[in-house]
Amino acid sequence: MSSPSKNSFWRRFRRNRGALFGLMVLMLVALVVAFGPLLAAHDPWDMVEQPFLQPGQQNGFALGTDTMGRDILSGVVLGARVSLLIGIVSTLVSLLIGVSIGAVAGYFGRWVDATLMRFTELFQAIPSFALAIVLVAIFEPSVKSIVAAIAIVSWPPVARLVRGEFLTLRQRDFVAAAQLSGQSTPRIILTQILPNAASPIVVMASLMVATAILLESSLSFLGLGDPNQMSWGYMVGSARTVLRQAWWMAVFPGAAIVLTVLALNLVGEGLNDGLNARLDGRR
Amino acid sequence: MNAVLQTTTEPCAQPLTGSHPMPANDPLPDTPVLEVRGLDIKLPSGGDRRLAVQGASFTLQAGQTLCVVGESGSGKSMIANAIMGLLPRPHVEPVAGQILFDGQDLLQLNEAQMRELRGHRIGMVFQEPMTALNPVMRIGEQLAEVFDAHLRLGAAEKRSRILAALADVGLPDPALLIDSYPFRLSGGQRQRVMIACAMLLEPRLLIADEPTTALDVTTQAQILKLMRELQQRRGMALLFITHDFGVVSEIADHVVVMQTGQVVEAGPARQVLSQPSHPYTQKLIAAIPQGEPVIREGEPDPLHVLQVQDLCKTYTSGGGLFRKGRQVSAAKNVNFELRRGQTLGLVGESGSGKSSVGRCIVGLAPFESGRILFKGRNLMSGAALRQQAKGKIQMVFQDPYASLNPRHRIGPTLAAGPIAQGVPRDVAMARALELLQLVGLGPEAADRFPHEFSGGQRQRIGIARALAMEPELLVADEPVSALDVSVQAQVLKLFAEVRERFQLAMVFITHDLRVAGEMCDHIAVMQRGQVVEYGPSAEVLRNPQHDYTRRLIEAIPRLNAHQD
Repeated sequence: MSSPSKNSFWRRFRRNRGALFGLMVLMLVALVVAFGPLLAAHDPWDMVEQPFLQPGQQNGFALGTDTMGRDILSGVVLGARVSLLIGIVSTLVSLLIGVSIGAVAGYFGRWVDATLMRFTELFQAIPSFALAIVLVAIFEPSVKSIVAAIAIVSWPPVARLVRGEFLTLRQRDFVAAAQLSGQSTPRIILTQILPNAASPIVVMASLMVATAILLESSLSFLGLGDPNQMSWGYMVGSARTVLRQAWWMAVFPGAAIVLTVLALNLVGEGLNDGLNARLDGRR
Repeated sequence: MNAVLQTTTEPCAQPLTGSHPMPANDPLPDTPVLEVRGLDIKLPSGGDRRLAVQGASFTLQAGQTLCVVGESGSGKSMIANAIMGLLPRPHVEPVAGQILFDGQDLLQLNEAQMRELRGHRIGMVFQEPMTALNPVMRIGEQLAEVFDAHLRLGAAEKRSRILAALADVGLPDPALLIDSYPFRLSGGQRQRVMIACAMLLEPRLLIADEPTTALDVTTQAQILKLMRELQQRRGMALLFITHDFGVVSEIADHVVVMQTGQVVEAGPARQVLSQPSHPYTQKLIAAIPQGEPVIREGEPDPLHVLQVQDLCKTYTSGGGLFRKGRQVSAAKNVNFELRRGQTLGLVGESGSGKSSVGRCIVGLAPFESGRILFKGRNLMSGAALRQQAKGKIQMVFQDPYASLNPRHRIGPTLAAGPIAQGVPRDVAMARALELLQLVGLGPEAADRFPHEFSGGQRQRIGIARALAMEPELLVADEPVSALDVSVQAQVLKLFAEVRERFQLAMVFITHDLRVAGEMCDHIAVMQRGQVVEYGPSAEVLRNPQHDYTRRLIEAIPRLNAHQD
């Protein structure tokens, strides 16, 4: 009987035109990530032509070259890998932290809840970007340290959300019934309550991927990116000094960021509509 | 009749009665307040039927009460919402027929004209008094909104009229209430406020959609009495929607019985109640629990499954690190015992502590003092009790919509408990299928999700889930109070069957003495955390000793109210 419920999810999702557009953009980005090496003619770090080539000025350099004569198209294409990788992995890590803490706090309540929430507030009290900078600066800037930094600054809202869901779901009779039948606490948390809290978590995750990409770009813009990986943020950052002479160096990677983040936000909204069965009456 | 003339002189009324032959400014004295003719209401495609209401027709005179009776899903609330213009158009909308209010077709009015009528000429009272009031507005402010929407009145006059209205519905201390927030009021008081609100502008027609279903029996009796009084005093027409024929006999002059969107029987209340002609009506009337205590033959089983001794349970609310919270005693020295195969009824109004006692017995709530003995063995409190009982104490919950996990299929739901106790998966699944058969659902139900079942079916699944653990003691917490009367009868029958078959001891928690009388061997009546009367059902019902028990018994709506 799961097929009709999936269909109705798709029907509600489709009703949101923006979400469809976002989904298409995301699929495009996914294609670029998958077939990137075929599209990118050059190593993004190699100086292959003279610097400051305008877009279309020379064959094979559709988006021009940057201040060092590196191919911008190759940079944008390969930068998608880093951005998406960091966005998705850091979101998964922060979901793991946030869902565990939120679930335990919401399920057990009382002093467990109070302690864990004070701990969460500790992280929320520090401006997240500043904390991310400090964390990356302490460790060497690398993909791993950036993922860790983004995950550490973005789990508190997840924990709050999951805790709220658990607090209400825990009161439901089906949880009491599971307790009476002697099911273990981890089992109740994982199989009884968590599936019912999944919708808001999925929606939040899609928005978190977008924020993580922005955070990574911002870090790279400040020169705190992985020095071995070309990324969109780094490209925008290195182009900022020549922004008035060579607009294309910042605009193309910048547009890539904007489009991807926008697409993720639109898809997140569509997921919200799709997973929210109550909207069904408003067809 | 003064009121009729008043309506028709309103400017909006005149151009709209063209389709109706009656001259708008001269209604005959016997013009019904409300006349519904051949009303069809369509459902969105994909619903369980095409028309929610099909060809409904009835009339309602001033000073009369018309009861629309039917089970949930029969379309009775749709009619009320259609009259008020509250249907979620365009998905659900009237497609044929007329609704004539004082000769004027409401279906032809636009939204602004309907707004003029609502609250002013037609009042409405809803089912759920707990959610009908805005929790952050004072009572007086909410009632004042009705005046603001329809009349220009000074603040002082508004206040005095609201005070009078609150006094009129029998609320104590109107001067204090007018400035209180809704959370200070009980369910019955809130429903009185809602009635005061609907009656504020002395409407010609009051629509009450199951106004007493969410209330206790005693409160229900008071509210029904109040509505009858107000109606007689004001001479208004009352359209009363209910599923309970007991309520019908208390209040109705005329009855319309609805089944799956169609009117199957209509007539004067006395006639319909005493000689129902349609089989559906007969079924509904037969389903009303009579409260005749059943005396079961045979020696009681020597084994005491449950003994509760001096059980005390207190809730502390509010309070902080340094401040003591308010203490509410949910159970004070509660004593009773239960043998195998017997049923004990815990009866009381909401807040009497009966559910708390139930939750202590199954180990969902800890208790402070006293003893709970299960087959002679002393049990700890709370989570430790659950462990000691090893799933042999089970519970059936009140709300069939919250008690099943919406994300789990029925089969795994039933099998999860036994699997957790170490039964192999395939054995547990096979047993789940057997149990589904036993509770009257086919084995194909195992692969479906809870939302595909009706309330009664879900309650059957809840019973099957409890039985899956092969319990020796079953605590049923208001298991039928969320169900329609006819479904209620079937579920009660199922309870009786499984009790016989598995020799179960049952604690049956209910607010309905009729149900308790039919189900239980013994009854314990609870009031404010204390058992005020405890004895065999027949004795408690026929010869109640305590005042409170007598009050409860008197409050039961009776079918023969009209013959008295």
